[in-house]
Amino acid sequence: MAQIVDARGLSCPQPVLMTMEEIKKTGKGQIEVLVDTDTSKENVSRAATSQGWQVQNVAEDGGCYRIVIKKDA
Amino acid sequence: MAQMKNIFATRWGIISVGAFIGVFAALLQKWGNPANMGVCVACFDRDIAGALGLHRTDVVQYMRPEIIGFVLGSLIAAYLFKEFRPRAGSAPIVRFVLGAFAMIGALVFLGCPWRALLRLAGGDGNAILGIAGLIVGIWIGTLFFKGGYNLGRSEKTYASVGWLLPLIMIFFLILRLLFPPLADKPQSGVLFYSLKGPGSMHAPLAISLLIGLAVGFLAQRSRFCTMGALRDLILFRQPHLFLGMLSLLVFAFLTNLLAGQFHPGFEKQPIAHTMSMWNFGGMVLAGLAFALAGGCPGRQLFLAGEGDGDAAIFVLGMIVGAGFAHNFGTASSAAGVGPHGIAAVIIGLLVCLFIGFTMRRNIA
Repeated sequence: MAQIVDARGLSCPQPVLMTMEEIKKTGKGQIEVLVDTDTSKENVSRAATSQGWQVQNVAEDGGCYRIVIKKDA
Repeated sequence: MAQMKNIFATRWGIISVGAFIGVFAALLQKWGNPANMGVCVACFDRDIAGALGLHRTDVVQYMRPEIIGFVLGSLIAAYLFKEFRPRAGSAPIVRFVLGAFAMIGALVFLGCPWRALLRLAGGDGNAILGIAGLIVGIWIGTLFFKGGYNLGRSEKTYASVGWLLPLIMIFFLILRLLFPPLADKPQSGVLFYSLKGPGSMHAPLAISLLIGLAVGFLAQRSRFCTMGALRDLILFRQPHLFLGMLSLLVFAFLTNLLAGQFHPGFEKQPIAHTMSMWNFGGMVLAGLAFALAGGCPGRQLFLAGEGDGDAAIFVLGMIVGAGFAHNFGTASSAAGVGPHGIAAVIIGLLVCLFIGFTMRRNIA
């Protein structure tokens, strides 16, 4: 079961801060991040990649984005 | 089009956009805008406040088409790429107050972060103090972020909410067209015009507007933000936006060199004073207010163009703040800080600290 970070409606740098916090907490596995602007989508993906995580999927869902990031080991 | 990868959000994208702004800001000076002020969002919002008569400092009154272009260029890009997202409701009154104090701080230094870079690119050493202040202000902001500060969530709303600031800008443009500057007349219809000083210096309307539209378009695509540049570097060691900021500086400098606009020194720099402590202090206040509000003044205009009603409130706060800054004598001039500039910086910092310390909420 993936951890969910709900950063909808929050402005910079909150979505990235929350994602980084979750990355530090879980270490590896799968995290689902919800954001509602394209800027946040890009920022979260960039931040995850810089931490060695992979952006597995980005799906648009009723005006918001569901970003799935993953790290195996 | 919306499915196309956003090339402007790449490393080379942000660098090109910084270069575009740097080159055209320097060229705008060649074409008539004030020295080391090709584009300054704080100064130009202040000139708009003057044109509307919200303050009556007769040297800084002009309805700046660049600002209008920034908002409308961003609106066009947002619609073309399906990124217009009307949203509002994240502590609007706080954003208004932060906008006002950001302006008050910027006018003690005499420039927004863009102009700080343009001043440095033109050889004005006083800008170093301003940039140092900006860094310190943003750094204080990052401490608040680490402590849980946030302005709460915005909500999706009616498209008309997102349209209001763009409509205000269209209204300003109509005013500018209906009441153009008249030779030797300080007023044309409802608009005030400067006959001397920086407000009297401007590039032709069409050039200013076109460059404004182009910058607005590109900045919306690239998310260009000078406050974010320093914040992300300090908070995440993430240099993405910073490369854009650096690019603006380097390309403005090179253009100034080629155009004969580079004059290094501290004394007698255009529209600048040499009171280092307050060049620094003014920008600490501005930097902190930008950080707490989530964007530099340029970025707030671009966000407002893509439907962010809270950013629009920040913009209105800046325009009203400019009125206060000149009416209350807190804005600086070439002679130095205004009679109440120092008091305003101290009050502004106290207000920002109050906001930063009290607005913490667990949002998880």
